Amino acid sequence: MDRQILLEHIAVPGIETFDVFRSKGGYNAVAKVLKELSSEDVVAEIKKSGLRGRGGAGFPTGLKWSFIDKKSSKPKYLVCNADESEPGTFKDRYLMEHLPHQLIEGMIVSSYALGVNTAYIYVRGEFKYIIGILNKALRETYSNGFLGNNILGTGYNLDIHVHPGAGAYICGEETALLESLEGKRGNPRIKPPFPASKGLYDSPTVVNNVETLAVVGPIINMGGEKYASIGLGKSSGTKLISACGNINKPGVFEIEMGLPVEEFIYSQKYCGGISNNKKMKAVIPGGSSVPILPANLILKTAKGIPRLLTYESLSEGGFETGTMLGSGGFIVYDEDTCIVRNTWNLTRFYHHESCGQCSPCREGTGWMEKVLHRIETGEGRSHDMDLLVSIASKIEGNTICPLGDAAAWPVASAIRHFRNEFEFHVAHPEIVKIKDHGSIEKYT
Amino acid sequence: MLKITIDNITTEVEEGTTILQAARKIGGKIVPPAMCYYSKLKGSGGKCRSCLVKVSRNSTVDSKPTSKLVASCSTPVQDGMIVQNITSPEVLEARKAIVEFLLINHPLDCPVCDQAGECDLQDLSFEHGLETTRYEEERREFNQIDIGENIKLHMNRCILCYRCVYVADQLTEKRVHGVLFRGDASEIGTYIGNVVDNDFSGNVIDVCPVGALTDKTFRFKSRVWFVNPMNVHRSCTKCSGKAAAWMFGDEIYRITGRKDKYGELEEFICNECRFDKKDKKDWVIEGPRKIDRHSVISQNHYEKIVKQSIIKPLEERTEPQE
Ligand SMILES: Cc1cc2nc3c(=O)[nH]c(=O)nc-3n(C[C@H](O)[C@H](O)[C@H](O)COP(=O)(O)O)c2cc1C
Ligand code: SF4
Ligand code: FES
Repeated sequence: MDRQILLEHIAVPGIETFDVFRSKGGYNAVAKVLKELSSEDVVAEIKKSGLRGRGGAGFPTGLKWSFIDKKSSKPKYLVCNADESEPGTFKDRYLMEHLPHQLIEGMIVSSYALGVNTAYIYVRGEFKYIIGILNKALRETYSNGFLGNNILGTGYNLDIHVHPGAGAYICGEETALLESLEGKRGNPRIKPPFPASKGLYDSPTVVNNVETLAVVGPIINMGGEKYASIGLGKSSGTKLISACGNINKPGVFEIEMGLPVEEFIYSQKYCGGISNNKKMKAVIPGGSSVPILPANLILKTAKGIPRLLTYESLSEGGFETGTMLGSGGFIVYDEDTCIVRNTWNLTRFYHHESCGQCSPCREGTGWMEKVLHRIETGEGRSHDMDLLVSIASKIEGNTICPLGDAAAWPVASAIRHFRNEFEFHVAHPEIVKIKDHGSIEKYT
Repeated sequence: MLKITIDNITTEVEEGTTILQAARKIGGKIVPPAMCYYSKLKGSGGKCRSCLVKVSRNSTVDSKPTSKLVASCSTPVQDGMIVQNITSPEVLEARKAIVEFLLINHPLDCPVCDQAGECDLQDLSFEHGLETTRYEEERREFNQIDIGENIKLHMNRCILCYRCVYVADQLTEKRVHGVLFRGDASEIGTYIGNVVDNDFSGNVIDVCPVGALTDKTFRFKSRVWFVNPMNVHRSCTKCSGKAAAWMFGDEIYRITGRKDKYGELEEFICNECRFDKKDKKDWVIEGPRKIDRHSVISQNHYEKIVKQSIIKPLEERTEPQE
């Protein structure tokens, strides 16, 4: 279970440079596909691997690639989504910081598979230093003949450009990203049309996450079937998990899909248990947008089966008792956490990041934040919890892009699993008015 | 031609038609309300979500329903599509929610708002809204801005339909930015101020579904239901010269474009016609204009006598006790 595919060479000194990366077998996949495989072969290999998008939705990558409009007379584009702004998620940053060539290799192979001659990496604005790292790596790749015109003498041309965002979470949503890349305000587009037919500059476009693209090289090297045999069932391969919160060893870990959640949290190899010998209270396993689960439900499903780190196991039980793997931003909370304060804080984020185009999200996120703030500061009313659940349910599913859902789920799940904490806040304003009151458990 | 069934009524439309356009072709009560879509403005729609409908069958080849409600104004019809609007409780529930969202930050100052009587939001809430509000927080507030000499922007009332942005964008050379800031702090930006010297800028007033953009030459002069709309025309070098004059006796109080039953302009008119020609002599009067809408404005004539309602004394109103 400690199979390393992406991070295999992370500890090698100088792995961020072209020469060291190449000496470890880097860019072999590029040489292989350009010389031996047709673009269809590459797509077929990715389909076989069962690779699913690592940006959050888990959409099968091979299938997404097959949607691209091949007949279009327009140029086709590949865009790497490196906007990583979801609270709790910091795996793409780690990859780009230490293994920029792993991403570039994957992008060359993917571009070839899609018939793309121009690709972009859209990097979160706050990652300024990463833009430097990527550009330096790209220069090396160009000068070694793996990018530019007539790559390795095969006649294939590809340019990769790095483009900085300007600090908006919403620009991680793929169509907002494309708007932003075109130099416009980052508002998500109304779909249909989808990017596969009309994306960047109205041309067929594929948008993929950093981690998705980075693993394409290794998949080509080992073969799709081999990759599919790693992991568990429909959750094939490995996944980067960025773990944070009240744990002993926060960081980015590559896990083979199927690792039990309990082992991930308590093993010394991964999170190393809860810090300060406290008890675990709750976990948000897939970035701030996915439902929060109390300790008992994150370790075992409602049916008592141990939960595993796979798309399927984490969503077992639906939203009643389950959650989602999402982007792999694993946030652990200990017994001192105030769930109300935490929910308010997350909602404040979504309120601030809503683009404001569609009415349910624009108005609903602000409304929820105000109500949560009142509850947290001792001004709550007994009907506020039902009101919050109702607002969340009216945002969910009615918006242009999934940010609305992402704002609704944390609120709905916090009230579902921790309603007593909300009720305590309403019933005991004198206690919760103390600014850092922490968990309510010590007062009950 | 593609076949589509909306609320059990079937029609045929051309490829590329949206569900909303198909519904308008059928007409009547099954037409979803549209607060942001405007057929004459490219790119509009999809934002307010008041036109959400349920697709219970995607097409003849794909008989699945869609997983969520879809915006009828921006979803193209597919052959064999089956759609539910007013026959779906889920849709009506969602519409109620949208009205609530649109109203929580809206000032509800209809008694002093020039748009009252011809306001799409007023009509929408009258038809679909709750009787009370569940919103107990503060409403967002902005300063009022003059957009040029004749147009007032009252941002508090704006529902961010983006229609004025598209007018500004499509009347002048490419101008995509018209909204500043994000989320509920979004504001119609002064970028639009830059089109003030455009001859057609006044049309932003007519496309605004609420009282956010109003005509300063008419502000506070009269309630719309006290003035009579007349079809008028004049020969104009800039536009068709076909307009509606809102008159009180011999006096013209304001000039607007002619709006159809969905509140859309038949034609955009120029600023000269709109703001400068307020003399009866400027125009040829064709006759009264029928306002084919369900709003308060068409209520200025009484066709039936409403039965007098009497407020009952308190004792009689209380529920019988066990
Ligand atoms: C509000 C919002 C923010 C998102 N942010 C990111 C992001 O930062 N990085 C990312 O890869 N995907 C993000 N996504 C998902 C993308 O829209 C898209 O699904 C993803 O980039 C597709 O790549 P994949 O198929 O490789 O996962 C976001 C989605 C939403 C709705
Ligand atoms: S859901 Fe929110 S972020 Fe997405 S388009 Fe609507 S307002 Fe913008
Ligand atoms: S009219 Fe369709 S979303 Fe506004």
